[in-house]
Amino acid sequence: MANTFHLQIVTPDGLLFDGNAQRILVRTTEGDVGILSGHSDYVSPVATGMTRVTMDDGEVKTAACSGGFISVKKGITRLVANTFEWAEDIDVERAKRAQTRAEEKLKEASDYAERAAEIKLKRAITRIRVGEGTK
Amino acid sequence: MSASSMKTIKNRIKSIKGTMQITKAMELVATSKMRKATERIASSKPYFKILNETLEDIAKDNKDFSSVFTRKREGKTCHIIIAGDRGLAGGYNHNLFKSLRIEEDDIILPIGRKVVEYFDGANIYTDDYAKAGDIKISDCHAMGNLLAKAYEKGEFTRLTISYTSFVNVLVQEPKTEEMLPIRVEHTEEGMRNMNYSLIIYEPTAESAFGEIVPYYLSGMIYGAVSESVASELSARRNAMESATDNASEMIDKLSLEYNRARQASITQELTEIIAGAENL
Repeated sequence: MANTFHLQIVTPDGLLFDGNAQRILVRTTEGDVGILSGHSDYVSPVATGMTRVTMDDGEVKTAACSGGFISVKKGITRLVANTFEWAEDIDVERAKRAQTRAEEKLKEASDYAERAAEIKLKRAITRIRVGEGTK
Repeated sequence: MSASSMKTIKNRIKSIKGTMQITKAMELVATSKMRKATERIASSKPYFKILNETLEDIAKDNKDFSSVFTRKREGKTCHIIIAGDRGLAGGYNHNLFKSLRIEEDDIILPIGRKVVEYFDGANIYTDDYAKAGDIKISDCHAMGNLLAKAYEKGEFTRLTISYTSFVNVLVQEPKTEEMLPIRVEHTEEGMRNMNYSLIIYEPTAESAFGEIVPYYLSGMIYGAVSESVASELSARRNAMESATDNASEMIDKLSLEYNRARQASITQELTEIIAGAENL
């Protein structure tokens, strides 16, 4: 039996995961970071990207995650995210529509709106990648 | 008593009945909305708990940087004030405004149309978020980023948030909390590790903290907005419930008065007829 650690994943919509996991792979602002049990205390902001969680029974679940931060403290890992969706919950069609919308906006956008659209585009692409990955 | 006074009473009863229908409807609407709002508070509670715990952990263990977010500076204060978009909610808006302590040149970030009205002409930072009912988490993130940047630049050096905390359906309390600078209580453990932190920060402690502060702000704002919305709805529900009760009490009283007037006029008519018959 592999070593596991306590993982909590929260967003403003609620506690999405509270249990044991073998591994979490998350995209931080500095790049992908994998956390296994026994990791030293750690804090980093999280970027938009795919997250992979290996559950305590070895099952690997993917999710689209955007913004927030991850912290490891005394063996408890907490992912505090803006949005976090498991692959099976993602509405790929909706994400695709969001992608086209964001792309259109990018073409004509001003400085601030451009950045906002870029973030939305990134989020939509991540969702599509994660969502389609399971099929 | 004459027929005309009977008519006035009848009209009053009718108009009170109309008002009562409205207050009853508002009560029911507020009740059903309140259920949603309290569910929102319940579902976002773990997020704030963990967000706060994490921030506290980071701040406590740290002595090796003194970020602007934890340092005290001289300057203006920015108040985030959250109240309702509409009245007819008992003392909800008034109680909050009464509890505020605001200096003359302080900056105000209003959330809720009543706040914009109340601080008409004051130093308003932005009224982009004037409608409290429409505030979503994405708006809170935008606000968090905006405020963190403005604070770093020194546009203001203290940030407070005033909202109505939802204690339970009957009790709502106006509250003001300090947001920035973040108050840090250094533990002994943290003091001992003055030269190096035991936590690994990526990329650096300062920038990690700087990135997390906007989330902390937006989280706090979202929580406060959620609580305020629930408080407003339950304040309105209570106000409308007592209005409905008062209306039905008034109707009872007026019906009694009406019946007395009717009885009196019948008695008078009878007396007149009998008197007339005796004179025949």
